[in-house]
Amino acid sequence: MLASLYFAFTDYRAVTAPTFTGLANFSRMAKDRYFLISLGNTAFYTFLGVPAFQLSALLMALALNSKIHGTSVYRTIYYLPSVMPAVANAVLWVWIFNPEFGFANVVLRWFGLPGLAWLADPRLAKPCFIIMGMWATGASMLIYLAGLQGVPEALYEAADMDGAGTLRKFLYVTIPMITPTIFFNLVIGFIGSFQVFTTAYVATGGGPVNATLFYVLYLYQMAFQSFWMGYASALAWVLFVIILIFTIIQVRLSSRWVYYESA
Amino acid sequence: MLVPFFWLVSTSLKPTGREFTYPPEWIPRPAVWRNYTDMLFGPIPFLLLARNTVVIAALSLVGVLLSASLSAFGFARLKFAGRDFWFMMVLATMMLPAVVTLIPTFVLFKELRWIDTWLPLIVPSYFGGGAFNVFLMRQFFLTLPVDLDEAARIDGASSFRIWWQVIMPLSRPVLATIAILNFMGDWDAFIRPLIYITTMRKQMIGVGLAFFRGLSSGYSRWNLLMAAATLMTIPVVVLFFLTQRYFVKGIVMTGIAGR
Repeated sequence: MLASLYFAFTDYRAVTAPTFTGLANFSRMAKDRYFLISLGNTAFYTFLGVPAFQLSALLMALALNSKIHGTSVYRTIYYLPSVMPAVANAVLWVWIFNPEFGFANVVLRWFGLPGLAWLADPRLAKPCFIIMGMWATGASMLIYLAGLQGVPEALYEAADMDGAGTLRKFLYVTIPMITPTIFFNLVIGFIGSFQVFTTAYVATGGGPVNATLFYVLYLYQMAFQSFWMGYASALAWVLFVIILIFTIIQVRLSSRWVYYESA
Repeated sequence: MLVPFFWLVSTSLKPTGREFTYPPEWIPRPAVWRNYTDMLFGPIPFLLLARNTVVIAALSLVGVLLSASLSAFGFARLKFAGRDFWFMMVLATMMLPAVVTLIPTFVLFKELRWIDTWLPLIVPSYFGGGAFNVFLMRQFFLTLPVDLDEAARIDGASSFRIWWQVIMPLSRPVLATIAILNFMGDWDAFIRPLIYITTMRKQMIGVGLAFFRGLSSGYSRWNLLMAAATLMTIPVVVLFFLTQRYFVKGIVMTGIAGR
């Protein structure tokens, strides 16, 4: 860790010894177009993606929480996409999003719509990544499921007595009782999505026209393709600080909406 | 939910050239099982890479189980100065993005001349075993009655013996959970083997598949690519199916659901 912090202040190109250059790496970032592009892409993916992932995970968990036969089979099915290795997942979705023969366009054709270029279209590539992510939210789903099962049955019975409908019970009992779970998943999801790498490396390599050049992908290119270790270390520390700041903000804000039973 | 999987398996069984028919054939006739054997002995030595991955996973798992349980035992059972502070430090490292330590560890392994060997993928697990694993084991150890330790101590057992002969045998559920999670993690490993291993024959399976994807985009053998992706997915799906009870328990056990 400390070594990384030191490298961040040096000009270090892997072949030569690091030379101390103070803040040069950081001032370079301000002028680095690709740094700004990758940061913007990552922010787009995180701020649109994380709410979408959480919503799909919560909806799946709700569907699975009802007492029907064979829930363990359904749970396995819903969890499967998350077990799938990230590389295999990326390979599969590249084929689904194939502009000519992919399944996504087959569906569009069923509705008589023209096919889209999906991952090859700079405007659509990032939303495609969000769709891929929504498919594989099984881990958050399981955590929601555990949270839902911790909601005391008595509260629902009390709400029934007061004549509350399904929607009202969901809004006034379920949601407040699982706010700690939502909070946990949001923080973890945020940290994870800021570090998206493998799918982007395999599926698009950052293209088209840098539309999916995510932050860690750019950092990887700097460190292990250009061997610009000092600059990459500085990028890593900026990422760390960004994640830290947003985590602190989330923790601060949480006291306003997260409800703890014991408190 | 499952449609993408059907699409995957269906494409993997299609004869070359017929991947592109419209409307798509969901059940290809005849199913071309040869795609799978072509894949196993084809352009990328998949069997070899799978074997590499299993060997690397097994060797590092031994390290994870030994060193994470030792440190967890220390945090759960022994009293030493600054224990809680160090435990907080361990938890804090879980929040640090992996990329922050990626570059200095790469430089370290380069200095040690370990690049293009398996050592960077195996040896680190013998030093601490990962913060998440330490955390999971500590939580489990705290549920074991302290009376057991005390009884063993009265019989003259050392802390080391208590760890090995009292705690470890009782911890099979958590050890199994960690073993499963770690195996799945290694099967999925990507960025570290990508950085450390340069020879394809020493590579792990994830990078092998990514490399094959790079190769095949040139000549569009989607059926073979899908066969490869299916081959890589099957072991984890089977493993998950057999062990899902442990899996869910592991999540409940850590109490990360927030209550």
